[in-house]
Amino acid sequence: MALETVKKAIPLSTNHAIANAVKDLDVDVISAYPITPQTTVVEKISEFIAKGELDAEYIHVESEHSALSAAISASLTGARAFTATASQGFALMHEMLHIASGLRAPLVMSVAMRSLSAPISIWNDQSDLFNARDSGWIILFAHTAQEAYDTIIQAYKIAEDQNVLLPVMVGYDGYVMSHTIEPVITESREKVIKFAPKKQYPYKLDPDKPVSIGAITPPEYYYEFKYQQVNAVNNSLPTIEKVDEEFGKTFGRSYGLMECYMCEDAEALIMTNASYASTLKAFLPDIRKEGIKVGLLRVRLYRPFPLQKFIEYTSDKKTILVIDRAISYGAPFQGPLANEISGAIVREGLKLNLISVVAGIGQRTVEYEDFLALARLAYEGKKHKETIFYGVRE
Amino acid sequence: MSETKKVLRIKSLYDLPREELFISGHGLCPGCTAGTIMRMLTKVTGKDTIVVNATGCVEVSTTRYPYSNWLIPWLHSAFENSGASASGIVAAIKAMKRKGIMDKDKDVKVVVVAGDGGTVDIGLQSLSGMLERKDPVMYVLYDNEAYMNTGIQRSGSTPHGAWTTTTPAGKVWRGEWRDKKDIAGIAAAHHIPYVATANPAYPMDMINKFARGLEVLNEGPSFIQVLMACTTGWRFDPALGITISRLATETGIFPIYEIDHGNFRVTFPIMKRKPVKEYLKLQGRFAHLTDEEINEIQKMVDQKVETINKMAGKTVIGPVG
Repeated sequence: MALETVKKAIPLSTNHAIANAVKDLDVDVISAYPITPQTTVVEKISEFIAKGELDAEYIHVESEHSALSAAISASLTGARAFTATASQGFALMHEMLHIASGLRAPLVMSVAMRSLSAPISIWNDQSDLFNARDSGWIILFAHTAQEAYDTIIQAYKIAEDQNVLLPVMVGYDGYVMSHTIEPVITESREKVIKFAPKKQYPYKLDPDKPVSIGAITPPEYYYEFKYQQVNAVNNSLPTIEKVDEEFGKTFGRSYGLMECYMCEDAEALIMTNASYASTLKAFLPDIRKEGIKVGLLRVRLYRPFPLQKFIEYTSDKKTILVIDRAISYGAPFQGPLANEISGAIVREGLKLNLISVVAGIGQRTVEYEDFLALARLAYEGKKHKETIFYGVRE
Repeated sequence: MSETKKVLRIKSLYDLPREELFISGHGLCPGCTAGTIMRMLTKVTGKDTIVVNATGCVEVSTTRYPYSNWLIPWLHSAFENSGASASGIVAAIKAMKRKGIMDKDKDVKVVVVAGDGGTVDIGLQSLSGMLERKDPVMYVLYDNEAYMNTGIQRSGSTPHGAWTTTTPAGKVWRGEWRDKKDIAGIAAAHHIPYVATANPAYPMDMINKFARGLEVLNEGPSFIQVLMACTTGWRFDPALGITISRLATETGIFPIYEIDHGNFRVTFPIMKRKPVKEYLKLQGRFAHLTDEEINEIQKMVDQKVETINKMAGKTVIGPVG
């Protein structure tokens, strides 16, 4: 079995894995603008189209704002649409993020997460994506190239589900994942399309059934539209779970909504996502050898937040150490995820000690010794009122 | 670029279809000429058309939820992205037709309707992208020469001397002090098949320009700048919308022309121009101007007319007389 897996896998960076998923999904319209470190996604897609391996319209837009604008209108016309972004470009499309979810455009976007200017840094952290967490999208994080490939496929099945109709973004770490090569199993287009058949936007722009999309909405109605979005995002959770299960049955790989790794006998958990999760998975056996009983709580589905899973995984734990790679300046906890976890703890009345850590800003490297130190911090379980800015020179 | 044969289909208003696709009941100001333009436009486009509408007067006044004045598919997504939004629709149709998802014989036109702010200022980048890609979209700019929807703030399309709420007239400022941006010239610099300026006071001319704009879509985009007299922002009696629009062309302030495959032609030559004062004096936005300032505007228009005549290679707009 293991041998067969090795045979089928091909070496791909996460960016190329995503481009392959777009090809295998037979996406109709790609609208994108190049930005580091997303570039090799759109380069590879261009190559697929140029070679005739993907039949799609590629719109060479003049900005990220236009990239998402065109993907939205293509999606609302009934096409399967894709875009990819990172960092400044992601920030530039911020306005359109809210419009995509407000118009319920079932499109998919990949985000090679990167820091934000100023000062300009092309390196990885997650400031770009966490800046957009309240834009009404379904948000998933991948922690391997394989998971990125699989999640893009799942994302279309989720987005186009007629009970969901929401845009989905898939985040992964710039450089650390976007430009490193891992073994990835890709599937045939037939199998992928059978799993995620194209489902058009039900109120598409069609002269035979004219609709007005994006009308101005007075105070008597606006709130209800927004509340429909609240319900749409919350109600998408069982669909997301079901799609992942079905994916597992079809392709033999599934990920769950949240992953708890070396969890059972752990007294404390380190909560993180993307490349930090895969790195920690590799380090945990050695960390355990030091007698430090910690596990990994990996965030996969971020919006809607799988609160029940969180409660389930943390119910018998003493401490949770949340690593944020974005900063919420001046907030009670200055890591955005830690802030939300503190809300979850209050809401559920959990007896959980929360330690907020900010790390890896602008790709400040976190190595084995650092993860070991953080694991020790979590295992000690002391109270830390202030967010710890790990690895910064003061 | 291959030349399409020019066929003018509409000889009189009676040739226009009776069917209304932009229906009554909108919330545009009484005397607003935007409604007239939209009604004529949709009569020319017919029902197999998708309209992309930038944020602005027409958008907020014609689709107040749960009502809509549009009987054809209509999309508003943002202010500055109409070019890109139209490109997305075009790409979707093209891909879906090729892949058999959509009937390949169905001819669906994509038309943008946007104001001057959404076109010459915030939407210029997206428009340029669309024109440069040669996407088959007819872009109709209704130019009321300021941000009317937000309360008459100046735009890059506001003419010299005009009062607006952000270029008020006082001892220091005398209204807008810069010249109106030449958006048709910018569009033409993209070497697209068809660029025109139009004026609802000349409905047959305007309608035929819309028809021509649609006709060239098999080759690429078209761009039509339509002057849209705004009773609220220009400060005039609502009954005078068309009178003032006509004066804009009769004074040479807003010449109506077309650039069809690079061939420049003034479609309504004026042998005896009226003085600009006749146009300016009917509008409150120019009420603060002294005779000296009006003379200055006259000189600027004289110069512009000279340029137009040079482009035409003969005198198509005559002197003031």
